[in-house]
Amino acid sequence: MAEFFTNLLGQDLGTLVWIVLRILVIVAPLLLGVAYLTYAERKVLGAMQLRKGPNVVGPFGLTQPLADGIKLFFKETIIPTDANKFVFVLAPALTFILALVAWAVIPFFEGGALANVNVGILYLFAISSLGVYGIIMAGWASNSKYAFLGSLRSAAQMVSYEVSIGFVLVAILLCVGSLNLSDVVHAQEKSVWFIVPHLPLFIIFYVSGLAETNRLPFDLPEGESELVAGYMVEYSAMTFALFFLGEYANMILMSGMITTLFLGGWLAPFGLAAPFGLVKLWGLFWFLAKIAVMLFGFLWVRATFPRYRYDQLMRLGWKVFLPFSLFWLVLTAGVLEYTGWMRS
Amino acid sequence: MDALLLEYLPILVFLAIAIVVAIVCIGGSYLVVKQKPDLEKTSAYECGFDAFEDARVKFDVRYYLVAILFIIFDLEVAFLFPWAVSFGKIGLFGFWSMVVFLGVLTIGFIYEWRKGALEWE
Repeated sequence: MAEFFTNLLGQDLGTLVWIVLRILVIVAPLLLGVAYLTYAERKVLGAMQLRKGPNVVGPFGLTQPLADGIKLFFKETIIPTDANKFVFVLAPALTFILALVAWAVIPFFEGGALANVNVGILYLFAISSLGVYGIIMAGWASNSKYAFLGSLRSAAQMVSYEVSIGFVLVAILLCVGSLNLSDVVHAQEKSVWFIVPHLPLFIIFYVSGLAETNRLPFDLPEGESELVAGYMVEYSAMTFALFFLGEYANMILMSGMITTLFLGGWLAPFGLAAPFGLVKLWGLFWFLAKIAVMLFGFLWVRATFPRYRYDQLMRLGWKVFLPFSLFWLVLTAGVLEYTGWMRS
Repeated sequence: MDALLLEYLPILVFLAIAIVVAIVCIGGSYLVVKQKPDLEKTSAYECGFDAFEDARVKFDVRYYLVAILFIIFDLEVAFLFPWAVSFGKIGLFGFWSMVVFLGVLTIGFIYEWRKGALEWE
Protein backbone atom coordinates (compact mmCIF):
# COMPACT_ATOMS: atom_id res chain seq x y z
CA MET A 1 0.00 0.00 0.00
CA ALA A 2 2.78 2.42 0.92
CA GLU A 3 4.35 1.84 -2.51
CA PHE A 4 1.08 2.69 -4.22
CA PHE A 5 1.07 6.18 -2.75
CA THR A 6 4.77 6.84 -3.26
CA ASN A 7 4.42 5.79 -6.92
CA LEU A 8 1.34 7.94 -7.36
CA LEU A 9 2.42 11.09 -5.53
CA GLY A 10 6.20 10.92 -5.37
CA GLN A 11 8.39 9.92 -2.45
CA ASP A 12 7.76 12.64 0.16
CA LEU A 13 4.13 13.46 -0.48
CA GLY A 14 3.23 9.79 -0.91
CA THR A 15 4.78 8.86 2.44
CA LEU A 16 2.95 11.72 4.11
CA VAL A 17 -0.42 10.77 2.63
CA TRP A 18 0.14 7.18 3.66
CA ILE A 19 0.94 8.24 7.24
CA VAL A 20 -2.12 10.48 7.42
CA LEU A 21 -4.33 7.65 6.20
CA ARG A 22 -2.95 5.28 8.81
CA ILE A 23 -3.53 7.88 11.53
CA LEU A 24 -7.12 8.40 10.44
CA VAL A 25 -7.63 4.64 10.54
CA ILE A 26 -6.59 4.79 14.20
CA VAL A 27 -8.34 8.03 15.21
CA ALA A 28 -11.76 7.42 13.66
CA PRO A 29 -12.36 3.99 15.26
CA LEU A 30 -10.90 5.32 18.50
CA LEU A 31 -13.40 8.17 18.70
CA LEU A 32 -16.19 5.80 17.74
CA GLY A 33 -14.93 3.44 20.43
CA VAL A 34 -14.99 6.26 22.97
CA ALA A 35 -18.56 7.11 22.01
CA TYR A 36 -19.69 3.54 22.39
CA LEU A 37 -17.70 3.12 25.59
CA THR A 38 -19.97 5.74 27.14
CA TYR A 39 -22.93 3.80 25.79
CA ALA A 40 -21.54 0.52 27.14
CA GLU A 41 -20.90 2.17 30.49
CA ARG A 42 -24.47 3.31 30.82
CA LYS A 43 -25.82 -0.03 29.66
CA VAL A 44 -23.56 -2.02 32.00
CA LEU A 45 -24.28 0.26 34.94
CA GLY A 46 -27.95 0.01 34.12
CA ALA A 47 -27.87 -3.76 34.01
CA MET A 48 -25.95 -3.94 37.28
CA GLN A 49 -28.48 -1.67 38.95
CA LEU A 50 -31.47 -3.47 37.43
CA ARG A 51 -32.28 -0.61 35.08
CA LYS A 52 -32.43 -0.60 31.32
CA GLY A 53 -29.93 2.12 30.53
CA PRO A 54 -30.36 4.19 27.36
CA ASN A 55 -33.00 2.50 25.20
CA VAL A 56 -35.00 5.25 23.55
CA VAL A 57 -32.80 6.82 20.86
CA GLY A 58 -32.52 4.28 18.07
CA PRO A 59 -32.73 0.49 18.41
CA PHE A 60 -31.52 -0.48 21.90
CA GLY A 61 -30.52 3.15 22.34
CA LEU A 62 -27.62 2.58 19.96
CA THR A 63 -27.61 6.12 18.58
CA GLN A 64 -27.59 7.64 22.07
CA PRO A 65 -23.85 8.56 21.98
CA LEU A 66 -24.36 10.25 18.63
CA ALA A 67 -27.26 12.26 19.99
CA ASP A 68 -25.19 13.24 23.02
CA GLY A 69 -22.37 14.36 20.79
CA ILE A 70 -24.61 16.47 18.58
CA LYS A 71 -26.23 18.03 21.60
CA LEU A 72 -22.89 18.95 23.12
CA PHE A 73 -21.72 20.43 19.84
CA PHE A 74 -24.71 22.75 19.63
CA LYS A 75 -24.42 24.06 23.17
CA GLU A 76 -23.09 27.49 23.97
CA THR A 77 -19.41 27.63 24.94
CA ILE A 78 -19.38 29.49 28.24
CA ILE A 79 -16.09 31.09 29.21
CA PRO A 80 -16.21 32.60 32.71
CA THR A 81 -15.31 36.29 32.95
CA ASP A 82 -12.75 35.68 35.68
CA ALA A 83 -11.05 32.85 33.82
CA ASN A 84 -7.71 33.02 32.08
CA LYS A 85 -9.35 32.55 28.73
CA PHE A 86 -6.52 31.15 26.67
CA VAL A 87 -5.46 28.56 29.26
CA PHE A 88 -9.10 27.79 29.94
CA VAL A 89 -9.64 26.71 26.33
CA LEU A 90 -6.21 25.17 25.97
CA ALA A 91 -6.69 22.74 28.88
CA PRO A 92 -9.37 20.48 27.37
CA ALA A 93 -7.64 20.59 24.00
CA LEU A 94 -4.41 19.47 25.65
CA THR A 95 -6.12 16.60 27.46
CA PHE A 96 -7.71 15.47 24.23
CA ILE A 97 -4.55 15.79 22.15
CA LEU A 98 -2.46 13.83 24.64
CA ALA A 99 -5.07 11.09 24.84
CA LEU A 100 -4.87 10.75 21.07
CA VAL A 101 -1.15 10.97 20.35
CA ALA A 102 -0.28 8.28 22.87
CA TRP A 103 -1.83 5.77 20.48
CA ALA A 104 0.95 6.31 17.97
CA VAL A 105 3.19 3.67 19.52
CA ILE A 106 0.67 0.99 20.52
CA PRO A 107 1.13 -2.16 18.43
CA PHE A 108 -2.31 -3.34 17.35
CA PHE A 109 -0.99 -6.49 15.72
CA GLU A 110 2.32 -7.90 14.54
CA GLY A 111 4.09 -4.89 13.02
CA GLY A 112 0.91 -2.86 13.47
CA ALA A 113 2.22 0.12 15.39
CA LEU A 114 1.97 3.46 13.63
CA ALA A 115 5.44 4.43 14.84
CA ASN A 116 7.45 1.43 15.96
CA VAL A 117 9.87 3.59 17.94
CA ASN A 118 12.52 2.16 20.23
CA VAL A 119 11.39 4.23 23.21
CA GLY A 120 7.75 3.15 23.17
CA ILE A 121 7.35 2.59 26.90
CA LEU A 122 9.15 5.82 27.73
CA TYR A 123 6.95 7.69 25.27
CA LEU A 124 3.77 6.34 26.85
CA PHE A 125 5.07 7.14 30.31
CA ALA A 126 5.92 10.67 29.25
CA ILE A 127 2.58 11.30 27.55
CA SER A 128 0.57 9.97 30.46
CA SER A 129 2.64 12.14 32.82
CA LEU A 130 1.76 15.20 30.78
CA GLY A 131 -1.91 14.40 31.26
CA VAL A 132 -1.82 16.08 34.65
CA TYR A 133 -1.15 19.46 32.98
CA GLY A 134 -4.54 19.52 31.32
CA ILE A 135 -6.22 19.11 34.67
CA ILE A 136 -4.05 21.58 36.56
CA MET A 137 -4.49 24.16 33.83
CA ALA A 138 -8.25 23.67 33.83
CA GLY A 139 -8.48 24.02 37.58
CA TRP A 140 -6.30 27.09 37.69
CA ALA A 141 -7.72 28.88 34.68
CA SER A 142 -11.34 28.37 35.71
CA ASN A 143 -10.84 30.60 38.74
CA SER A 144 -13.53 28.71 40.60
CA LYS A 145 -13.08 27.13 44.01
CA TYR A 146 -14.49 23.76 43.07
CA ALA A 147 -12.36 23.53 39.99
CA PHE A 148 -9.28 24.61 41.89
CA LEU A 149 -9.71 22.06 44.69
CA GLY A 150 -10.60 19.34 42.23
CA SER A 151 -7.52 19.94 40.14
CA LEU A 152 -5.26 20.01 43.20
CA ARG A 153 -6.63 16.71 44.37
CA SER A 154 -6.38 15.25 40.94
CA ALA A 155 -2.80 16.36 40.45
CA ALA A 156 -1.70 14.94 43.80
CA GLN A 157 -3.50 11.71 43.09
CA MET A 158 -2.17 11.20 39.57
CA VAL A 159 1.33 12.07 40.65
CA SER A 160 1.19 9.61 43.54
CA TYR A 161 0.09 6.69 41.44
CA GLU A 162 2.42 7.54 38.63
CA VAL A 163 5.37 6.62 40.83
CA SER A 164 4.22 3.03 41.22
CA ILE A 165 3.32 2.89 37.54
CA GLY A 166 6.91 3.88 36.83
CA PHE A 167 8.27 1.06 38.98
CA VAL A 168 5.93 -1.45 37.36
CA LEU A 169 7.12 -0.35 33.91
CA VAL A 170 10.74 -0.78 34.94
CA ALA A 171 10.06 -4.27 36.29
CA ILE A 172 8.50 -5.25 32.96
CA LEU A 173 11.36 -3.59 31.18
CA LEU A 174 13.82 -5.79 33.07
CA CYS A 175 12.17 -8.90 31.66
CA VAL A 176 12.20 -7.52 28.13
CA GLY A 177 15.42 -5.54 27.87
CA SER A 178 13.90 -3.15 25.35
CA LEU A 179 11.61 -0.14 25.45
CA ASN A 180 10.01 -1.09 22.16
CA LEU A 181 6.41 -2.19 22.70
CA SER A 182 6.54 -4.78 19.92
CA ASP A 183 9.56 -6.29 21.65
CA VAL A 184 7.53 -6.43 24.85
CA VAL A 185 4.95 -8.57 23.10
CA HIS A 186 7.60 -10.70 21.40
CA ALA A 187 9.24 -11.36 24.77
CA GLN A 188 5.91 -12.65 26.02
CA GLU A 189 5.60 -14.81 22.93
CA LYS A 190 8.91 -16.47 23.81
CA SER A 191 8.19 -17.01 27.51
CA VAL A 192 4.75 -16.46 29.05
CA TRP A 193 2.36 -13.55 29.33
CA PHE A 194 3.75 -11.31 32.03
CA ILE A 195 0.55 -11.53 34.03
CA VAL A 196 1.69 -15.01 35.13
CA PRO A 197 4.99 -14.13 36.83
CA HIS A 198 3.94 -10.55 37.61
CA LEU A 199 0.37 -10.99 38.83
CA PRO A 200 0.81 -8.58 41.79
CA LEU A 201 2.21 -5.96 39.42
CA PHE A 202 -0.75 -6.45 37.13
CA ILE A 203 -3.10 -5.72 40.01
CA ILE A 204 -1.09 -2.66 41.05
CA PHE A 205 -1.01 -1.39 37.49
CA TYR A 206 -4.72 -1.92 37.03
CA VAL A 207 -5.64 -0.10 40.24
CA SER A 208 -3.15 2.67 39.45
CA GLY A 209 -4.76 2.89 36.04
CA LEU A 210 -8.09 3.51 37.71
CA ALA A 211 -6.50 6.25 39.79
CA GLU A 212 -4.68 7.80 36.82
CA THR A 213 -7.85 8.04 34.79
CA ASN A 214 -9.77 9.42 37.78
CA ARG A 215 -12.22 6.55 37.69
CA LEU A 216 -14.25 5.27 40.57
CA PRO A 217 -13.39 4.31 43.28
CA PHE A 218 -10.74 7.04 42.91
CA ASP A 219 -12.83 9.77 41.33
CA LEU A 220 -12.27 12.26 44.15
CA PRO A 221 -11.24 15.01 41.72
CA GLU A 222 -14.78 14.96 40.44
CA GLY A 223 -16.49 13.84 43.65
CA GLU A 224 -20.03 14.93 42.76
CA SER A 225 -21.22 15.08 46.34
CA GLU A 226 -18.63 17.64 47.41
CA LEU A 227 -16.92 19.23 44.41
CA VAL A 228 -19.82 19.03 41.95
CA ALA A 229 -17.62 18.12 38.99
CA GLY A 230 -14.18 19.13 40.19
CA TYR A 231 -11.95 20.70 37.58
CA MET A 232 -14.66 20.39 34.90
CA VAL A 233 -17.21 22.47 36.75
CA GLU A 234 -16.92 25.58 34.57
CA TYR A 235 -16.78 23.77 31.26
CA SER A 236 -19.59 23.46 28.78
CA ALA A 237 -20.25 22.39 25.21
CA MET A 238 -17.23 21.16 23.25
CA THR A 239 -14.67 22.19 25.84
CA PHE A 240 -16.41 19.81 28.22
CA ALA A 241 -16.80 17.20 25.49
CA LEU A 242 -13.06 17.20 24.82
CA PHE A 243 -12.34 16.54 28.48
CA PHE A 244 -14.87 13.77 28.38
CA LEU A 245 -13.47 12.26 25.19
CA GLY A 246 -9.95 12.57 26.54
CA GLU A 247 -10.83 10.78 29.75
CA TYR A 248 -12.50 7.90 28.00
CA ALA A 249 -9.75 7.67 25.40
CA ASN A 250 -7.33 7.51 28.32
CA MET A 251 -9.31 4.62 29.78
CA ILE A 252 -9.02 2.75 26.51
CA LEU A 253 -5.34 3.66 26.32
CA MET A 254 -4.75 2.38 29.83
CA SER A 255 -6.45 -0.88 28.87
CA GLY A 256 -4.27 -1.02 25.78
CA MET A 257 -1.15 -0.55 27.90
CA ILE A 258 -2.23 -3.27 30.31
CA THR A 259 -2.94 -5.56 27.38
CA THR A 260 0.44 -4.91 25.79
CA LEU A 261 2.46 -5.15 28.97
CA PHE A 262 0.75 -8.00 30.79
CA LEU A 263 -1.67 -9.83 28.52
CA GLY A 264 0.51 -10.50 25.53
CA GLY A 265 -0.82 -7.74 23.27
CA TRP A 266 -1.96 -9.24 20.00
CA LEU A 267 -1.01 -12.84 20.92
CA ALA A 268 -3.79 -15.39 20.88
CA PRO A 269 -4.19 -17.41 24.09
CA PHE A 270 -2.75 -20.95 24.07
CA GLY A 271 -1.04 -20.16 20.78
CA LEU A 272 -4.28 -20.57 18.81
CA ALA A 273 -3.46 -20.41 15.12
CA ALA A 274 -5.12 -17.81 12.95
CA PRO A 275 -7.95 -19.19 10.80
CA PHE A 276 -7.55 -18.84 7.00
CA GLY A 277 -4.06 -17.41 7.54
CA LEU A 278 -5.47 -14.01 8.56
CA VAL A 279 -2.62 -13.41 10.99
CA LYS A 280 -3.00 -9.64 11.30
CA LEU A 281 -6.77 -9.65 11.72
CA TRP A 282 -6.46 -12.46 14.24
CA GLY A 283 -3.92 -10.42 16.20
CA LEU A 284 -6.09 -7.32 16.02
CA PHE A 285 -9.09 -9.33 17.18
CA TRP A 286 -7.33 -10.61 20.28
CA PHE A 287 -5.85 -7.23 21.06
CA LEU A 288 -9.27 -5.59 20.95
CA ALA A 289 -10.90 -8.46 22.83
CA LYS A 290 -8.42 -8.11 25.69
CA ILE A 291 -8.96 -4.34 25.76
CA ALA A 292 -12.71 -4.91 25.92
CA VAL A 293 -12.33 -7.25 28.89
CA MET A 294 -10.13 -4.72 30.70
CA LEU A 295 -12.63 -1.94 29.99
CA PHE A 296 -15.48 -4.06 31.28
CA GLY A 297 -13.46 -4.35 34.47
CA PHE A 298 -13.34 -0.54 34.70
CA LEU A 299 -17.13 -0.38 34.43
CA TRP A 300 -17.66 -3.26 36.81
CA VAL A 301 -15.47 -1.58 39.42
CA ARG A 302 -17.50 1.58 39.03
CA ALA A 303 -20.74 -0.27 39.69
CA THR A 304 -19.33 -2.17 42.66
CA PHE A 305 -17.05 -0.08 44.85
CA PRO A 306 -17.83 3.01 46.92
CA ARG A 307 -15.60 6.04 46.63
CA TYR A 308 -12.34 6.11 48.60
CA ARG A 309 -11.62 8.77 51.17
CA TYR A 310 -8.73 11.02 50.23
CA ASP A 311 -6.41 9.89 53.02
CA GLN A 312 -7.13 6.26 52.15
CA LEU A 313 -6.29 7.00 48.56
CA MET A 314 -2.97 8.57 49.43
CA ARG A 315 -2.15 5.80 51.87
CA LEU A 316 -2.81 3.15 49.27
CA GLY A 317 -0.57 4.89 46.76
CA TRP A 318 2.36 5.81 48.96
CA LYS A 319 2.34 3.20 51.71
CA VAL A 320 1.19 0.09 49.89
CA PHE A 321 1.80 0.32 46.16
CA LEU A 322 5.06 2.23 46.22
CA PRO A 323 6.96 0.00 48.70
CA PHE A 324 5.55 -3.14 47.18
CA SER A 325 6.36 -2.26 43.59
CA LEU A 326 9.85 -1.21 44.66
CA PHE A 327 10.30 -4.53 46.46
CA TRP A 328 9.00 -6.44 43.46
CA LEU A 329 11.35 -4.56 41.16
CA VAL A 330 14.39 -5.55 43.21
CA LEU A 331 13.06 -9.10 43.49
CA THR A 332 12.63 -9.33 39.71
CA ALA A 333 16.11 -7.99 39.11
CA GLY A 334 17.57 -10.44 41.64
CA VAL A 335 15.78 -13.43 40.18
CA LEU A 336 16.84 -12.46 36.66
CA GLU A 337 20.43 -11.88 37.74
CA TYR A 338 20.89 -15.10 39.68
CA THR A 339 18.76 -17.61 37.81
CA GLY A 340 18.73 -16.12 34.32
CA TRP A 341 15.04 -16.98 34.15
CA MET A 342 13.02 -15.34 31.36
CA ARG A 343 16.19 -13.82 30.00
CA SER A 344 16.70 -14.38 26.32
CA MET B 1 16.09 11.49 5.95
CA ASP B 2 17.66 9.51 8.75
CA ALA B 3 15.87 6.16 9.17
CA LEU B 4 15.76 6.55 12.95
CA LEU B 5 14.18 9.98 12.75
CA LEU B 6 11.78 8.76 10.09
CA GLU B 7 10.24 6.45 12.70
CA TYR B 8 9.22 9.54 14.66
CA LEU B 9 7.63 11.33 11.72
CA PRO B 10 4.23 9.62 12.18
CA ILE B 11 4.12 10.85 15.77
CA LEU B 12 4.68 14.41 14.59
CA VAL B 13 1.95 14.07 11.97
CA PHE B 14 -0.32 12.47 14.55
CA LEU B 15 0.27 15.44 16.86
CA ALA B 16 -0.63 17.85 14.06
CA ILE B 17 -3.82 15.94 13.26
CA ALA B 18 -4.82 15.79 16.93
CA ILE B 19 -4.33 19.55 17.25
CA VAL B 20 -6.43 20.16 14.14
CA VAL B 21 -9.22 17.90 15.43
CA ALA B 22 -9.24 19.68 18.79
CA ILE B 23 -9.33 23.14 17.19
CA VAL B 24 -12.09 22.09 14.78
CA CYS B 25 -14.17 20.70 17.64
CA ILE B 26 -13.96 23.75 19.89
CA GLY B 27 -13.79 26.37 17.15
CA GLY B 28 -16.55 24.78 15.10
CA SER B 29 -18.93 24.68 18.01
CA TYR B 30 -17.99 28.22 19.02
CA LEU B 31 -18.62 29.62 15.56
CA VAL B 32 -21.75 27.65 14.69
CA VAL B 33 -23.64 28.22 17.90
CA LYS B 34 -24.99 31.66 18.77
CA GLN B 35 -23.16 32.96 21.85
CA LYS B 36 -25.25 34.90 24.34
CA PRO B 37 -23.08 35.46 27.39
CA ASP B 38 -24.48 37.46 30.29
CA LEU B 39 -23.16 38.36 33.70
CA GLU B 40 -24.86 35.54 35.58
CA LYS B 41 -23.93 32.95 33.04
CA THR B 42 -20.24 33.76 32.95
CA SER B 43 -19.68 34.23 36.67
CA ALA B 44 -17.84 31.48 38.55
CA TYR B 45 -20.09 28.72 39.82
CA GLU B 46 -20.59 28.61 43.55
CA CYS B 47 -23.85 26.84 44.40
CA GLY B 48 -26.06 29.72 43.36
CA PHE B 49 -24.25 32.43 45.31
CA ASP B 50 -22.16 35.10 43.76
CA ALA B 51 -18.58 34.00 44.27
CA PHE B 52 -17.48 35.26 47.69
CA GLU B 53 -13.86 35.85 46.83
CA ASP B 54 -11.21 35.02 44.31
CA ALA B 55 -10.56 31.30 43.92
CA ARG B 56 -6.78 31.67 44.07
CA VAL B 57 -6.65 31.19 47.82
CA LYS B 58 -4.16 29.51 50.11
CA PHE B 59 -4.23 25.75 49.93
CA ASP B 60 -2.91 22.89 51.99
CA VAL B 61 0.87 22.64 52.00
CA ARG B 62 0.67 18.85 51.85
CA TYR B 63 -0.07 19.01 48.13
CA TYR B 64 3.29 20.70 47.78
CA LEU B 65 4.91 17.98 49.87
CA VAL B 66 3.42 15.28 47.68
CA ALA B 67 4.80 17.02 44.62
CA ILE B 68 8.29 17.11 46.15
CA LEU B 69 8.15 13.44 47.06
CA PHE B 70 6.97 12.70 43.56
CA ILE B 71 9.98 14.45 42.05
CA ILE B 72 12.34 12.33 44.13
CA PHE B 73 10.75 9.07 43.12
CA ASP B 74 10.19 10.03 39.53
CA LEU B 75 13.85 10.88 39.19
CA GLU B 76 14.59 7.49 40.67
CA VAL B 77 12.48 5.89 37.96
CA ALA B 78 14.32 7.97 35.37
CA PHE B 79 17.59 6.48 36.63
CA LEU B 80 16.11 2.99 36.57
CA PHE B 81 15.08 3.09 32.91
CA PRO B 82 18.57 2.99 31.32
CA TRP B 83 19.70 0.54 33.98
CA ALA B 84 16.85 -1.84 33.16
CA VAL B 85 17.46 -1.65 29.42
CA SER B 86 21.11 -2.58 29.76
CA PHE B 87 20.52 -5.00 32.62
CA GLY B 88 21.76 -8.03 30.65
CA LYS B 89 25.10 -6.41 29.87
CA ILE B 90 26.17 -4.83 33.14
CA GLY B 91 26.44 -8.01 35.19
CA LEU B 92 26.61 -8.43 38.94
CA PHE B 93 28.33 -5.13 39.55
CA GLY B 94 25.55 -3.25 37.79
CA PHE B 95 22.93 -5.14 39.74
CA TRP B 96 24.47 -4.49 43.14
CA SER B 97 25.22 -0.83 42.52
CA MET B 98 21.55 -0.25 41.73
CA VAL B 99 20.55 -2.21 44.84
CA VAL B 100 22.76 0.09 46.92
CA PHE B 101 21.25 3.15 45.21
CA LEU B 102 17.73 1.91 45.88
CA GLY B 103 18.76 1.05 49.44
CA VAL B 104 19.80 4.63 50.09
CA LEU B 105 16.50 5.88 48.70
CA THR B 106 14.62 3.35 50.78
CA ILE B 107 16.26 4.73 53.91
CA GLY B 108 15.05 8.17 52.85
CA PHE B 109 11.60 6.75 52.25
CA ILE B 110 11.51 5.15 55.72
CA TYR B 111 12.56 8.49 57.18
CA GLU B 112 9.70 10.28 55.40
CA TRP B 113 7.29 7.64 56.58
CA ARG B 114 8.41 7.85 60.21
CA LYS B 115 8.37 11.64 60.10
CA GLY B 116 4.74 11.48 59.04
CA ALA B 117 5.19 13.09 55.63
CA LEU B 118 2.89 10.48 54.16
CA GLU B 119 0.11 10.97 56.68
CA TRP B 120 -2.99 12.69 55.38
CA GLU B 121 -5.22 13.46 58.33
